Amino acid sequence: MADLAHQTTRAPGRGGARKGTRPGRPAPVPARPPRRARLLRGLTPWLFLLAPLALLITFTYVPIVNMVGYSFTDWDGVSPELRYTGGENYRELATRPDLFEVFFVSGYYLAASAVQIVAALYFATILSFNVRFRNFFKGVLFFPYLINGVAIGFVFLYFFQDGGTLDSVLALFGVHTDHAWLGTPVSANTSLAGVSVWRYLGLNFVLFLGAIQSIPGELYEASELDGANRWHQFRHIIAPGIKPVLTLTVILSVSGSLAAFEIPYIMTGGATGTETFVIQTVKLAFQFNKTGLASACAVVLLLIVLAVTWIQRRLVPDDRVDLT
Amino acid sequence: MTRRALARTLVYLSLILATLVVLLPLTVVLLTSLKTDDELARGDQALSLPDDFLNVHNYVTAFQDGHMLSAFGNTAVILLFSIAGTVLIGSMTAYAIDRFTFRLRKLVVALFLLAALVPGVTTQVATFQIVNGFGMFDTLWAPIALYMGTDIVSIYIFLQFVRSIPVSLDESARLDGANAFTIYRRIIFPLLKPAIATVVIVKGITVYNDFYIPFLYLPSQDHGVISTSLFRFKGPFSAHWETISAGAILVILPTLIIFLALQKFIYNGFTRGATR
Repeated sequence: MADLAHQTTRAPGRGGARKGTRPGRPAPVPARPPRRARLLRGLTPWLFLLAPLALLITFTYVPIVNMVGYSFTDWDGVSPELRYTGGENYRELATRPDLFEVFFVSGYYLAASAVQIVAALYFATILSFNVRFRNFFKGVLFFPYLINGVAIGFVFLYFFQDGGTLDSVLALFGVHTDHAWLGTPVSANTSLAGVSVWRYLGLNFVLFLGAIQSIPGELYEASELDGANRWHQFRHIIAPGIKPVLTLTVILSVSGSLAAFEIPYIMTGGATGTETFVIQTVKLAFQFNKTGLASACAVVLLLIVLAVTWIQRRLVPDDRVDLT
Repeated sequence: MTRRALARTLVYLSLILATLVVLLPLTVVLLTSLKTDDELARGDQALSLPDDFLNVHNYVTAFQDGHMLSAFGNTAVILLFSIAGTVLIGSMTAYAIDRFTFRLRKLVVALFLLAALVPGVTTQVATFQIVNGFGMFDTLWAPIALYMGTDIVSIYIFLQFVRSIPVSLDESARLDGANAFTIYRRIIFPLLKPAIATVVIVKGITVYNDFYIPFLYLPSQDHGVISTSLFRFKGPFSAHWETISAGAILVILPTLIIFLALQKFIYNGFTRGATR
């Protein structure tokens, strides 16, 4: 976009345009650079892009194309022969309920994301006003996001253990449970989704905080003169002010919930009904050697995530995401 | 007035509650890491204090038997190469995209943009075959190449900064006879320092904490990074929570120290990096 300006100021690569140099200014560049120099100049951007593009294509685009290809075969990932089976893998995906059931697990993570966004919004709002020990609270809320996922998994395995932290804390309040937190599908998934709220709240919080702080302070002062209270300020100043970040967060949460992997894999390995779509795909591909079927799963997930992203782009066209 | 005071109290209560929720699990693990085998076997409550606060025995066990030294070494190598690569690749891409007009420029931009929408976890089934084909499977090069190759966020951060550098600087250098490479090396790159700091922080934290890629591509113990080495505690130490806790604290500690030292930059890095 801003390139229009550049174009006019330096277009020597295109030759002829500069023939009549402005009067009073000695022509620094020959009117028409020799062929070789022109060729070199045309190549320059590509020399810079050589390595980045090679990596991008090798590790992103070739795999995507291959993956779509594999998804129509019965390949096991090792043997040299692979048989073209048409839409068989997709038919299997659609007709075997156990393969699709794992998507219901994402529901727990989706619900958790809603809790997470609301909580992050609340803390970002109150901490953007004057609060004692503000930096301490900010640090505490953000820090979990920086912690290694495996360490978090272990911390919470211990937390949910029989007689572990959670049971001990509940006992302090006179509540005694003899209930294995990771023992039944519902409580296990709720617990795991709770861990992901604990882990990712900080990122949302910091993003919201940054957006709220970029709202000019005079707006609050002016609204206070008009008799607005905190809720009014939130409703009419903060909420519209952070809309782009908010929608971005929603989109990241939806695709994150669909692609949940680390925490459930580390903590339960997918046992007791906590298997997510990605865990299933990884197991199909790398344990059961069903590369073809796993590729079909991955293609489905990729399409869903792209669809969600596309819907969000449509809903919020003023998104600032552009690379040009 | 009293309503206001009540509201303030509720605000502080919620903050204290959140602090407890965040810190309690971590504190308990820290306490457990300082307890002895016997203390845990006694069936003490998780919230009890260790008898000896200076008992570092579990840390020694975790560090030695968990192969943490080689894990930190491998992580350091991967960090060094992938961060250096990301900085170079990101800044070169941003320079080429912003400072040149060339045919297919729009296509190149679109390729990078579209790649940002593809979640990495979905394509690993096929990426695996590529990495394997290059013979990089179970070598440190696999994660390095993957971390370097797909980092769109850092390209975007660099792009923002390259745009803010006035083009007149390039032009006067060009009049002095500098070519594009000299301009990139002598003018653009040094002026990108703040962006480089941001990318180093964001990338560093992502790489240090990543589990998925090393888990898939570095199965042998010699090539364990900190997350996979810690993950392996699950088998041999499964009942030894004091050792597992010590391992977890060992992994968290560097993050905590860096966070406390660089707080401000880290917040900025993430707001800049994630909002894109």
